[in-house]
Amino acid sequence: MMSQHPATWGQPTPANSSFNQFNTFPLPQTQRGQSSHAHHGPVGHTQQPLVTGTSVLGLKYDGGVMIAADNLASYGSLARFRDIQRLHPLGQHTLLGVAGDMSDFQWLKKELDALLREEDALALTDSHPSLSPKNIYELLSNLFYARRSKMNPVWNAVLVGGWDKVKKESFLAYVDLLGTTYTAPTLATGFGAHLAQPLLREAYEAKAGIDGNGPLLTKEEAEKVLEDCMKVLFYRDARSLNKYQIATITSEGVDISDSKSADTYWKFAEGLRGYGAQTQ
Amino acid sequence: MALYHNQPMAHAQEPTAAPIEHRFNPYSDNGGSILAIAGTDFSVIAGDTRQSEGYNIQTRYARKVWQLTDKAVLATNGFAADGNNFVKRVKQRLEWYEHAHHKPMGLKSIARMIQTMLYGKRFFPYYVYNILGGIEEDGSGAVYSFDPVGSYEREACRAAGAAQSLIQPFLDNQIYFKNQQPEPGSQPFIPGNLPLATVLSLVVDSFTSATERHIEVGDGMEIYIVMARDRTTDDLLGEGKLQKGMEIEELGTLGEGQGERTFLVRQALKRD
Repeated sequence: MMSQHPATWGQPTPANSSFNQFNTFPLPQTQRGQSSHAHHGPVGHTQQPLVTGTSVLGLKYDGGVMIAADNLASYGSLARFRDIQRLHPLGQHTLLGVAGDMSDFQWLKKELDALLREEDALALTDSHPSLSPKNIYELLSNLFYARRSKMNPVWNAVLVGGWDKVKKESFLAYVDLLGTTYTAPTLATGFGAHLAQPLLREAYEAKAGIDGNGPLLTKEEAEKVLEDCMKVLFYRDARSLNKYQIATITSEGVDISDSKSADTYWKFAEGLRGYGAQTQ
Repeated sequence: MALYHNQPMAHAQEPTAAPIEHRFNPYSDNGGSILAIAGTDFSVIAGDTRQSEGYNIQTRYARKVWQLTDKAVLATNGFAADGNNFVKRVKQRLEWYEHAHHKPMGLKSIARMIQTMLYGKRFFPYYVYNILGGIEEDGSGAVYSFDPVGSYEREACRAAGAAQSLIQPFLDNQIYFKNQQPEPGSQPFIPGNLPLATVLSLVVDSFTSATERHIEVGDGMEIYIVMARDRTTDDLLGEGKLQKGMEIEELGTLGEGQGERTFLVRQALKRD
């Protein structure tokens, strides 16, 4: 390594010098004769989620898609941040609902917002078509798969909801940290896949039938089902919060509700015997 | 001096001293099953449409069978993300080939290309079992099967995926005539000679049975039928040739069209 000190500039540093000339940490371990800016040692990746969001639910209904997620970002079992929005609109007709690591989510927002700003700028001067929900989903799928293939995953499960302006139909799809992708009329991530998905499917199929050819749920019905599901999740998922938002995406655009709570019922707890302190 | 020598005890304690490492697992298994059977002048490639992870059904309709050219169809099974991305790459290579050579790649060449692409990722494999079916240059029906790192062979039939162990023995018996004896004085059995109608009912029976006994198989089935040029379609399109509940469509030619025809038959499977 070459000395950078003004008095000895250009001279080789002593063979076993461990003096850090740039105050970087850890010390770069350079071998003599190798390019000094090459990468040294294995690359360290993030790799467990830290501050996390739980389930996201998605449901197609007559005229659009609804996506629901609660406002909690947990730090392990600590309910750390209780006013976090996990629904993120992208342009006029697309919305992401994100579970998993919240810092990866913030990074994702920043990247996608930058991309959309660039697209908006192009659209000003050109007859540049805006990104459809499918375009954004394709991009996310490729990003997630590329990152998992580098063993540096984006630690999220994402629902993409949208309205396809050309086909005049709703869009709902899933992508996660492995790059796994799929689409269905009802979707749920994490605990929601166990607790909410059966309820969503039951409600969807009750009207649309198993082939999906029947009528879809109305907006009111869809909202009711999602609220029921969010309540069930709050009852049983210890990493959830009774404060959530529902986004609707239609041909009119994206609408994200204010935070709301489900009415819960705890009276039955008084009749339970065998748990906790009781005198009798 | 003894201070600088490792104590035997210190060595024994090493494993407990090391932190427990949580390593990211880049793979998953998305269940489902695929199968292909070759005839003399046709090839049948089928897969179910359920995609699952553990006990969760992710979706009841995800594709596993893909038309590559007018005479080649590829079925993928295993880790769905790898499968989709592998197919995407294969299609890209086929497009490049067509630009370079002004003709679509032949089946046996696609097979060798797939082996090269799979082996190219020998040390971070595509966790995918591939079955390639179609029409060979000589007009015969063909099936090629691959393992995740590229070992491949041409066969008369092959099943892969979650229900491989349920379906393959059935095909061994019905296609390769294993454990069967011809009647005294009659012709010996020749595998790969069955009529299309028989092959189709074997495919349907394979999947309905696998659906009964394997939780990861079900929801729907897609059967691709590739026919050699000038072959009659009477045994497929004729009145009452298909079983109840089957829907058929002909897929248009992708390239210039040399007379091969590809049909897609869909049928519902049980959803439980």
